[in-house]
Amino acid sequence: MSVLSELNVGETGVLIALDLPESVQNHLMHMGFVPDALVTALRRAPAGDPTVYGVDGMEIALRHETAGAIRVRSTDTESPENTEIPDFLEAAR
Amino acid sequence: MSECCAPPAYEPPVNPPPPGELSAVVLIGPPNSGKSTLFNRLTGLRQKVANYPGVTVEQHMGLMAGVGREDLTLIDLPGIYSLSPFSEDARVSIDVLRGKMPGTPKPDAVLLVLDSLHLTRQLMLAAPVLAVGLPTLILLNMTDLMESRGGHIDPLKLARELGAPVAQISAVHGTGLEAVPLFLNQHTQRTVAQPLTLPVIGNAASTHTWAAQVSRRTGYRAPLSQENSRRIDNLLLHRIWGPLLFLAVVIGVFEVVFSVGQPLSDGFGDILARMGSLVRPFLPAGWIQSLLLDGAWKGISSVLVFLPQILLLFLFIGILEDSGYLARAALIADRVMRTIGLNGKAFIPLLSAYACAVPAIMATRTIENKRDRFATILVTPFMTCSARLPVYMLLIAAFIPNIVWLHGFIGLRTVVMLSLYLAGFVGAMTTAWLLKSSILKSSDAPFILELPQYRMPTVRSLALRLIDRAKVFLRQAGTVILCVTLALWVMAHLPVIHTSTVAAPELADSVIGRLGHFIEPAIAPLGFNWKIGIGLLSSVLAREVMVSTMGTLYGADPETQAMHLQTALHHDMTLGGALALMIFFAFAMQCTSTMAVVRRETNSWKWPALQFAYMLVLAYAAAFVVNHIAMAIFG
Repeated sequence: MSVLSELNVGETGVLIALDLPESVQNHLMHMGFVPDALVTALRRAPAGDPTVYGVDGMEIALRHETAGAIRVRSTDTESPENTEIPDFLEAAR
Repeated sequence: MSECCAPPAYEPPVNPPPPGELSAVVLIGPPNSGKSTLFNRLTGLRQKVANYPGVTVEQHMGLMAGVGREDLTLIDLPGIYSLSPFSEDARVSIDVLRGKMPGTPKPDAVLLVLDSLHLTRQLMLAAPVLAVGLPTLILLNMTDLMESRGGHIDPLKLARELGAPVAQISAVHGTGLEAVPLFLNQHTQRTVAQPLTLPVIGNAASTHTWAAQVSRRTGYRAPLSQENSRRIDNLLLHRIWGPLLFLAVVIGVFEVVFSVGQPLSDGFGDILARMGSLVRPFLPAGWIQSLLLDGAWKGISSVLVFLPQILLLFLFIGILEDSGYLARAALIADRVMRTIGLNGKAFIPLLSAYACAVPAIMATRTIENKRDRFATILVTPFMTCSARLPVYMLLIAAFIPNIVWLHGFIGLRTVVMLSLYLAGFVGAMTTAWLLKSSILKSSDAPFILELPQYRMPTVRSLALRLIDRAKVFLRQAGTVILCVTLALWVMAHLPVIHTSTVAAPELADSVIGRLGHFIEPAIAPLGFNWKIGIGLLSSVLAREVMVSTMGTLYGADPETQAMHLQTALHHDMTLGGALALMIFFAFAMQCTSTMAVVRRETNSWKWPALQFAYMLVLAYAAAFVVNHIAMAIFG
C-alpha cells in the first residue's frame, strides 16, 4: 500500500481512499478519483511539481501534498474490469 | 470527419411555433463540456450578463433566438461537476433548478450538456439533475469528434436507461440542434423524466458506480486517448522547452499590449478628442458646453482610450484559454506562485494587470478557491498598469537627468522606470504573502487543475467573448466614471461668483481648490503642495487624470502659464517630492474603475475599502520615506 505521489511517471495504481476534507474529496471524486479507479502518473510539471495524473481518460494536475493524501495499491492484484462494478450492484439488477 | 461530409448547421424555421406553456429553460453541464458554445448557439447575441444576488457567480440569460424560440428564456448555469453544495456555483445551480433564486424565473425544462469524449464521468452530473424531476433533454456534445477517434455510443439505449430523450450534437458546428425545439414543443405537457435507477444522490462513489454501470450497459466505448494533446505537451511541458516557451508567451503578451496596443489606444484617444471638438460648435458656449465636453466627455474618454488595449489583451487571453494552453501555463507557474501562497491560476490575472487591473480582476474568475481569488484581486492593482505610465513619464522627464552609461545601453531614466515596475511587483508579492498568512489563510484548498485537450479556438467564441467584455467595460464607463467626472467638474466650478457677470471661481477658491488647501498639511511631509493635492484628489478617478489636472492648474496660473509642464513642475516641487510622488503612484489605489470592479467581483464594499486604505497607508509611508531620504542626500 502506498500513496499516489509515490508513483513514478508511467506507473499506474488502483485508488483505495482519499484522506482529504469532504469538500475536496467530493471535488476529486467527481473528476474520477473514486475508489477502484485506475490512476496513472503521466508527467511532472517542469519544476518537478505538480504532477499530471491520467484518470478516466482525463488529465488532472495535483500538487505533491494532495497526491500524498490519496492511497493507492499496485495494479497486479485485481484486473480493472472486475473492479469497475461491484458485484452486489450487479446482483441487485 | 471532414468538413464536407458534416451535416449542415441547424437553421431555425422561418415561422416559429406558437408559444406553449414553457417560459424558461435552464442549461446545465460540467466544465469543458462545450456549454458556453452551445449557449451562444442557442441564444445568438441576445444575452445579458449579471451577477446572482448576494454571490459572485455570474448569471447569463438569453432568449432562444438561435432556434427560433424568442419566447423562451435560456438560463446558463455555471459549469459544475455535481450538485453537492460544496461550492458557491453548485449552491446557485440548485437554487435556480428549484426555482428558488430571486430574480431568476423558475425553469420549466432542463437542457443537460455532456461531453461524449468522457461520458462516464460526465454522467455523474446526470444523476442529481434528473433527480430534480424537471423535463430534461440530454445533449451529447462532440459526438463527431468521439466517433472519429473510435468511440461509440448508443443514444437510444442511453435514453431508455436515463428515462429522458438523448440527442447527439456538435455545439461547435451547430449540428443536431433541431432536437432542442422538437423537445421543447413536445414537452409543453410537462412529462417528467423517469430514469430506471438512480444512485444515492450526494454520494460521489455511488454516483460514479451508477455512471459506470449506465455507460457500460448502453455500450459506451470511450475514444482513444488524447494522443495529439500528449504529443504537444511533450514539447510545451518539456523540462527545458516548456518554461522557455512559457516566457516567450509572457513576453508576447507584453509586446502586444505595449507595441500594438499603445498606438491603437493613442489613435482611439485622438478620435475621441476629435469627436468632442466636432460637437463643440453645436453646443451653446458657457457652462453647458464646459460640463458636457470638459467635464463628462473628457473624463469618459480618459477611460475609453484603454478599450483597444483591453480588448487586445482579452483576445490574447481568449486564444490562450480556448486553445487549452492557459491550463498548462498555470501548471508551469504554480511552483513559483506557491512561494507567495497563491496558486498557478493567479498568474494570468497578474500578468494582465500590467495593462489594466480591471480586466485582470475579471480574469480571476478562473480561480475556484474564493480566498485565493480574493487575495489575487487585492494584490492586482499593485502591478504597474498602463495608466501609471503617463504620470511616470512626465515626472521622469521633468526631474531625472538624462544620464546614460555603457555607451547608451542603460540610462538613468530607464533605471528609475524599471525600479518603479519592480516596486509595484514587490508590493504585490509581499501583500499576497501577508494576506495568505493572515486573513485569507486557507489550508484545505488544494490545487486541482484539469488539463483540457488542445483545441482550435473559433472566431465566433472569441468575438462573443470580446463583445461581452467590452459591454461590461462600457457599462462601467457610462455609470460610475460619468458620475465621478461630473462631481469633479462641479467641485472645480463652485461656488459661483456673483460679480458683474456670473463666473466660475479661481481654481484656488473653488471647492476642489479649498479641498487641496485643506489636505496640504497632511501631504506637505511628502513634499507635495496644494496643487499636487488637487492632482491626487482628482486622480482618485483614474491615475492618468493627474497629468491633465496638472496641465490645467499650471495653465491657469499666470506665473507658469508660458512654461512647459515639465519646467512648471520645477516651480514648486523638489526632486524629493517628485520621487515621492512617483512611489506614491506605484502603491496608491487611484482608480474608481478598479474599486468598482472589486466591489462587483467580491460583492461587498468591505474589500475595496480595505484595499484602498491599505494601499493609501503604504503609499503615504513609502512617499514619506523617499522624500526624507532624498532631502538628506540632495539637500
